[in-house]
Amino acid sequence: MSTKVTQQPLGDVAVALPSLENVTLTINGTQKRLQVAPWTSLLDLLREYLDLTGTKKGCDHGQCGACTVLVNGTRINSCLSLAVMQDGNEITTIEGLAKGDELHPVQEAFIEHDGFQCGYCTPGQICSAVGLINEGKAKTADDIRELMSGNICRCGAYVGIVAAVEQAMHKCQHQH
Amino acid sequence: MNSFSYTRAEAVETASREVSNNQTAQFVAGGTNILDLMKYNIERPTRLVDITRLPLKEIDDTANGLRLGALATNATTAYDERVEERYPLLSKAILAGASAQLRNMATDGGNLFQRTRCYYFYDTATPCNKREPGSGCSAITGYNRIHAILGTSESCIATHPSDMCVALAALKATVNVTGSEGERTIEFADFHRLPGDEPQYDNTVKSGEVVTSIDLPADGQRFAKNYTYLKLRDRASYAFALVSVAAALDMDGDTIKEARVALGGVAHKPWRKPEAEDLLKGKKATKENFERVAASLLEGAKGFGSNTFKIELAKRAIVRALTMAVNGQH
Repeated sequence: MSTKVTQQPLGDVAVALPSLENVTLTINGTQKRLQVAPWTSLLDLLREYLDLTGTKKGCDHGQCGACTVLVNGTRINSCLSLAVMQDGNEITTIEGLAKGDELHPVQEAFIEHDGFQCGYCTPGQICSAVGLINEGKAKTADDIRELMSGNICRCGAYVGIVAAVEQAMHKCQHQH
Repeated sequence: MNSFSYTRAEAVETASREVSNNQTAQFVAGGTNILDLMKYNIERPTRLVDITRLPLKEIDDTANGLRLGALATNATTAYDERVEERYPLLSKAILAGASAQLRNMATDGGNLFQRTRCYYFYDTATPCNKREPGSGCSAITGYNRIHAILGTSESCIATHPSDMCVALAALKATVNVTGSEGERTIEFADFHRLPGDEPQYDNTVKSGEVVTSIDLPADGQRFAKNYTYLKLRDRASYAFALVSVAAALDMDGDTIKEARVALGGVAHKPWRKPEAEDLLKGKKATKENFERVAASLLEGAKGFGSNTFKIELAKRAIVRALTMAVNGQH
């Protein structure tokens, strides 16, 4: 599939726009060839052009973690990455975690432990937790608190979040 | 964010040329700082040179220690088994900074170029000599709780925000750069600079020079047992340091053979003073001796109102960090 991603200038433009860049990304298992303006963040590409609005724009400055996605299995802040710089990479968003109707263990655990209130930070929390489990460095609830500190929950659902991540972490470890 | 063009560098030399030939071009690697600053209109490059595809990601053993490729991420470095075993102070310092997501993106080379988190540097509505040379410093008479107490000037009281660099200073790392005039190696103490009357320059790297690697010297491994990175901040995680201390001791029984102490959050660069460290040479690890080191390190410290508390805080933190290092508390 090929999508042209650009903002059409309104009327006369004073300066020439830099040319669009070609990128190939695999997003939630589907390869996409895209043309993007250099300043398009990975977050804006997902939300504004690919209609994957599960990934949230909170602060847009890498402080809140709402935009967390997985790149080649590693969690990053998609607001602080240019889409063009991700050429060739595999991106997984919250929309790509479940297998059909079967939720990812982290998603299941968040429901079971009520790991949210308003839900705005939740996609970032869940992607971050999946990244944390992939990294394999957390052993205790304290480790989880430390390694999830890049995801802010203004409702304060942290107790449920930590419980959910802990349960999912143990479940995923047993499966491997 | 302003419009800019983009190119992906294929070789260090071409990357260097792109930037040295164009004053408004800048390198981008992890992007965690420059993209943030571009969104605030503080950095306004017309061209970004993406260096992430250059072959500088590896961490390699060298005859004299360990070489960190400039594009190794902070996370890869902190969790590298050789770093954990030989230079655990560095692992500890890296993991004390930022968040897991940011550490996964941020590179070791990029960490050296982090810009200050001074509120006024970030606020384009206020004067700032670092952002707009000659416009004045809003922090000196403003809110300066997070600002510097050592090495300040009438132009700027900003701090360097990195944790990693505080450990690199204590370990006496060296930085390898390649530019139009070839390769050179910069001692860590000479990499960052004090603000003086040119606070717009954070470091001594010349335009177009690419940091290719950071070398950790073999003798830094002497500190793999008695070290600590103590970071004091407003919340337990994911906050910049008010004061941080990298303390490293090479001990023979209860006698100190050599000490290294570097401070973060107090100056425009990681703060080290070899004469203060030498006060511990051949001495016992006592509170009194540590207090002498603290007094020496803070000599000439100057508060600006909201940050004056840092002077006493830093002294106590130094004594505590050295005590923790003696006891093997990391």
